[in-house]
Order: sequence, then structure tokens, then C-alpha cells
Amino acid sequence: MRSSTASLRLHVESALAGRVASPFRLRETRVPAVVPTGIPALDELVGGLPRGGLTEIYGPPCSGKTSILHSALASRTASSEACALVDAQDAFDPSGSQASGVLLQRLLWVRCHGLEQAFRSLDLLLHGGGFGFIALDLGDTPARLVRRVPLHVWFRLRRTVEDTSTVLLVLSRESNAKTCASLVLRVEKEKTRWSLQKRKTAAIAFHTPGCLLDGSACSAEIVRSLQWRKKLRFIDRANLREEDCEGMARFQVNFEQYVTEKALGEAAFLPLPENRQEKLPKRCKKKG
Amino acid sequence: MPFCAIFVPEFLLQAVERSEPALSNKPLVLLDGPAPIFRVIAVNATARALGVALGLTKAAAAEFCGVEIRLRAKEQEAAAHAALLDAAWSFSPRVEDTAQDTVLLDLAGLTTLFGSYENVALQIKSRCVALGLDVHVGVSENVETARILAYARPGPTIVPAGQEARFLESLPVGLLTRSGELAEVFQQWGVTSCGALAALPVLSLSECVGPEGVCLHTVASGKGNRSLIIAEPTHLFEESLELDDAVEELEPLSFLLGRLLDQLCARLSARALAVRTIQLQLELQPGFEKAFDASRERLRTKQFPETFYCTLALPRPVQDAKLLLKLLRLRLQASSPKAPVRKIQMCAEPDRPLAMQCGLFLLAVPDPDKLELMLARIASVVGENNVGSPELLDCHRPDAFRMQRFLAPAQAGSEQKETEDPRIGFRVIRPRVSARVEFQGGQPVHIWFQGKSGRVVHASGPWRCSGEWWQERGWQEDAWDLEVRVAGEASVSSEAYCIVFDSLQKEWFVRGSYD
Repeated sequence: MRSSTASLRLHVESALAGRVASPFRLRETRVPAVVPTGIPALDELVGGLPRGGLTEIYGPPCSGKTSILHSALASRTASSEACALVDAQDAFDPSGSQASGVLLQRLLWVRCHGLEQAFRSLDLLLHGGGFGFIALDLGDTPARLVRRVPLHVWFRLRRTVEDTSTVLLVLSRESNAKTCASLVLRVEKEKTRWSLQKRKTAAIAFHTPGCLLDGSACSAEIVRSLQWRKKLRFIDRANLREEDCEGMARFQVNFEQYVTEKALGEAAFLPLPENRQEKLPKRCKKKG
Repeated sequence: MPFCAIFVPEFLLQAVERSEPALSNKPLVLLDGPAPIFRVIAVNATARALGVALGLTKAAAAEFCGVEIRLRAKEQEAAAHAALLDAAWSFSPRVEDTAQDTVLLDLAGLTTLFGSYENVALQIKSRCVALGLDVHVGVSENVETARILAYARPGPTIVPAGQEARFLESLPVGLLTRSGELAEVFQQWGVTSCGALAALPVLSLSECVGPEGVCLHTVASGKGNRSLIIAEPTHLFEESLELDDAVEELEPLSFLLGRLLDQLCARLSARALAVRTIQLQLELQPGFEKAFDASRERLRTKQFPETFYCTLALPRPVQDAKLLLKLLRLRLQASSPKAPVRKIQMCAEPDRPLAMQCGLFLLAVPDPDKLELMLARIASVVGENNVGSPELLDCHRPDAFRMQRFLAPAQAGSEQKETEDPRIGFRVIRPRVSARVEFQGGQPVHIWFQGKSGRVVHASGPWRCSGEWWQERGWQEDAWDLEVRVAGEASVSSEAYCIVFDSLQKEWFVRGSYD
């Protein structure tokens, strides 16, 4: 029995000679180099985005995907790396991304109109080589269209980016790359942060910094990672406790014009209409 | 101080063969003269062996089987002459443009680079062959001796100092001058070789044929000591090709473009230069397009422009002809000429090639040549204006930017960004979509757009902004930030949008979403 196994092994090895170096030896899995996303909580959770691998970040609209993308782009362009963004629906905001720290002159933006253009451009970029960070933004593409992309396309992307120093990041509404991805993150918005919970001013002409959109609180969960094995457990997201948050990270994204109350100082706030008379200086009160 | 003469034998034929290398092994006949009475003005050796003689008419030349007949093209001759000068300038800046088929150059100091003068001459010959010209080379301490030896022998002929007269004595006297009258006089005297002319007494010669004869006597004796008339190096790199049959499709056209690019790049690299911009000019066959004029109810003809222009500007100088051909092909695929091409003219703007030092421990950046080709390919997929780096415009109009050429960073470094709170991302909807907004008490309470509808749970606004009101394309809008509770198929989600009320169009639009 042993001799027949050995002969069979020899036969297989000789048949595959020249194509596969050692078919019965497990391929060494090297720890890939990672690059920071620029969001400390996320970097602490996943260690960073792996080079030479496909990272997928998915979530519903307004869940924080674009914020992560801008943050990662800012981090990579600051390191003088050539970055590329394949924008399937032409939704990139150059002004906002510059405010996030993205150096636009180091970013190649490919404005596509549809999935076909996006995947063809991505193929060309990956085969061209030399880019440290390539992102494919399918965030505005309907999920039913992305679902139709065959699995072999994702597999081809993974194989192309393998053994290179490129970070390939895909943003979408649903997970599509499946096992082809080295890292899959699901992001979700927990709440939108406003300066006041309820707007107290009804008049159109009156503005106060207290009524601004401050940002949003988001959470990211590892769905798949080659580096990090998640413990299998059922999570009741509604009643999630701190100790159940293994494999999850919470982070906040702020609005561009957001300033903390401490930075702004009390003097900068205009009084609300109902309190206006009380806050007025006495001298003015007399004149009124 | 030695000099070198480079001579192109059968220059007219070589100029044609340089443009059409396939003709080099075929019997070739060149015609010139007032149309339609064309006469044969040049014949190559193969055609001569078939019996084709100079002065035959076109019809008579066409009777010989297999003979290729071409009309003399002045532009091809000018390009061949420019290539000859480029070859000379690639060795020395002291070059004399003696004739269309002859250049002289000063070899002073070249032995330190190439070794012996024989090596220099061989290098010159091989450089000319690379530029499509088969040349004769002669080297001598005397300018005229070098020139006459180049006319006489394929070479390279190297004349040791002081032995000029010995090398010249056996050569025919007709090589000294292209003036037929004087050569005829010498022939009548029975003076056929340079040696015989040099043996004549100078005074008697001066009395018989004047100062011109004395000059020829000095040259034949190998004693002339004239200096070079230095030509200024030019930076005009132009190649052209006139076609007998107009080319309609891109594939054969790109084959011809490739040939011209090869010649241009060879000339440029000989001068240690590279291409910065290529201007392609295609002369088109006059063509007509039928169009129906509905107002007059008749067919009218629309004439195409007769010339097609295409400019290929490169971010960095390139010497690779294959890369340039691919870029030109992609450009022509995007906008092709509307009629068959009958003449191609290509002009290159030169620049110094860039030298780049790469580091072993630095991250890779896109190879500039590959990057340019890749960008051209992506542009052919998504459109010319949809690929590049965004540049924000200095104005207050929302989403105001323009696309500029993407240039790869010179070298990747290890600069780290200071960690700060991440900013909320914004996704722009282009073009902005119209929306219907319901107000209650001055606050938006419900919104409908793109088949979606939702209840507004938070609102901030209106933030009024306007601009360019002094121009026709002025804008004025009130922006609101909304948090909308959108009911999906399975669940209810909360989404944040930025909507604007365009005061000029009196309509609501959704500008984008916060993500």
C-alpha cells in the first residue's frame, strides 16, 4: 500500500513537472506587508490593508466606506505612492478628498460610466504595475449588477495583484469577492451626529453652528481575514456588549467644517432666540 | 587636424529606398520632369542590368518587366540629407554641409573616444547605415583629398599625413570638379588622372585655364588647405512619405507610421535626443459625404477638410519608436481621419532624454513609458477627459475641478501622514438629480428622488451661496444637509444627503450623499 502511494505520488509529480514545483507541499504563506488606513481604530482591528491582496469593504449607502477610502488615499499619497481610483459611477469628490488630506496630484482618477469600463480600466492598471494603492469604487453601482460579475473575475484580480506591492481595495454594497479577498470588512453607520438632537430654530434666516451635521459614528466588522481568525458566535447587534466586540471597531468620521466646542469657545456661539434677551449685555438691553 | 568626408552615392535612389526599404533589392527607376513628359533620371544597378538607361520616358521604362518606377520626391531627399547631417553632428559639431549628398566633418579629438581614425570611420559608416544610408567615407589631413577619396572609393579610406598625392594620383580627374567644361578641356589635353594634372606646370596651367585650373592643380597635388564652412546644427526633425495609392485603414497606415517613427527615432537617438511632441499631418484624398438637406429636399455634398492634424504631446521625452507607434495608434483609433490618406508628414519636437536613478529599497512607481501607454489605453476605454489627476479650480462653485495629466511621483518615500480624525466622505451624483421636497414650517420633512422617498429626520440649512453672477453662467443655490429615513425592501436605513435649491432654475436637486 505504502509503495503504491509512493509510486502514485512520483507519477503525479513527474506529470506536473515543469508546471507545479512541488504539488504535495503546502505553499508557504508569508505574512503580507500592510499599510495603514489612516483610521486608528480600524488599523488596530485589522492591522492595515494588506499589500498584494484584495481587500473588500462593503456596506449600505452612507455607512462610511467613502470615508475609509479617503483616509486610505490620504495616507498613501502622503507616502508619495502612486495611487489610482477606478470610479465606476463617477462619484468621487475631489474637493472633499483634498480636505481629507488626499494629495490630488498623486492620484490617478479614472471616471467610468459602468462596470465594464471600470473592470477594463482596473485590468489595465493592475497589469501596468507600479501603483501602490488601487481602489475600485462600486459603492453607487446597484448591487444586482455587481452580483452578476463572475467569480473568476475576482479570482483573476486576486491573482494579478498577488506577489506585488499593490493594495487593491474594492468598495461595494455587498460582498462579492468571497474567498478571493484577503480581507473583508463590513461597515455600518450607527448614527449620524448632529450638534443638536432637535433643531429648535424654525426661522429660515437664522443660523447657528449648533445645527450642523457633525459627522457620523460607524462600525466595522471583520468578515474574512487571512491573518485573523474570527471566533464563531452569533451576535445580537441590537444588544451588543463591549466584551462581544471582538473583530469589531467603532470609529467616528467628522464633517469637514466640524469644530469642537472647546476649540470654538463659548463666545462664538450665537444664542438661541428664546435665550437671546437673557444673554444680551445690559447696555444693549437698556437701549432696546 | 584630420577631416572626414561622407558621401552618399546614388543619393536620389537612396533617399527613396530609405523611405521604402523593400525597394533596395528590386530594379528601381526614378522619374522627373514636367508632367506628363517624365524622364528617367536615376537607375539602380539591378535596373541597369535589365537595360534601363537614363533619359528614357516613363512608358519606355515601364516596358521592362519587374521594374519599380517612382517619381522623384524632394521631401524624401530633404529628409535623407537631414539624416546625413544628423549622422555627422552625432560625431562632431564642426560639420560642413558641402552638398546634398556630401558632408565634411572635423575629426579632431575623436581618437580619444573611438581609438584610431579607421575605427572612427567605421563608426561613422555604421551610424549612417543605421539611419538608412549606405555611404562612402574618406579621412585625410586635407579636406579636399578626403572629399575626392570619398567620391572615388567606398572606403573607409584613411590617408596617412603627407601621402595625399600618392592616393590621388590614380584617380580620374573628373572627380575634382563637377564642372563638365573644364573636365572636357583636360580630356582633350590627354590629362585623365589627378597625378597627370599635378605634374603639369602651374604657371602654364594658369595661363591656359585661369585660377580655377590652379585650384584644381593644388587639389590634385594634395596640398589644398581650405578650412570648413561650419553649418549650424538644426533641431528640425521631419519625415514624410507620399503614397501612390491612398491608404484607408488604420492597420496599413500604422505600418507606414511605424517606418517613419523608426527613422525619426534613429535620427534623434543619433543626436542623443528624444521626442517630446509629435505632430502628424495627414493629407487626405478629397472625398465627399452625401447628406440629406431636409429643408431643400435634395441631396447636397459635404466636403471633408483635406488635411488631418494630430498632435501627440508626451509628459517626458521618449526614444522608443514602438511606444510612440502604440500611442499614435490609440490616438488615431479615438479620432481617425475621415478620408483615405495619400501623404504622411511627421515632425518631432526634440528634447533631452531624462535620466532616472532608481533606488533598491524604495517602493516602485509606474514606469513612465508604460504609464503613458496605459493612460492612453484607459483613455480609449473611458474617454480622453475621464482619466487623469483632478485639480481644483480657484472658485466657489461646488464641484469645480478640471482633469490634468497624471504624472507618476518621482520616487516613493516613507513620509508618514499625521494621524487625525477622519473626515466624512462625500459622494457626488453627476449630473445632479432633480428632487421633490415637501416643507413644513420652513423645514424639509419629506423628499422624493430617483424613485426613492424618505422622511427627513434632521435638517441643517439653508446655506446660501452664489457666484459668477457677473457672467452668463452665474449660479445661486440654497444647500441643505438632510438625514433621511429611507424605507428599503427589508429594513429602514438612515442616509445623509446634501440637497440644493437652484434659485435660477427654481428646482430642487440632490448633489450627493455623505458616506
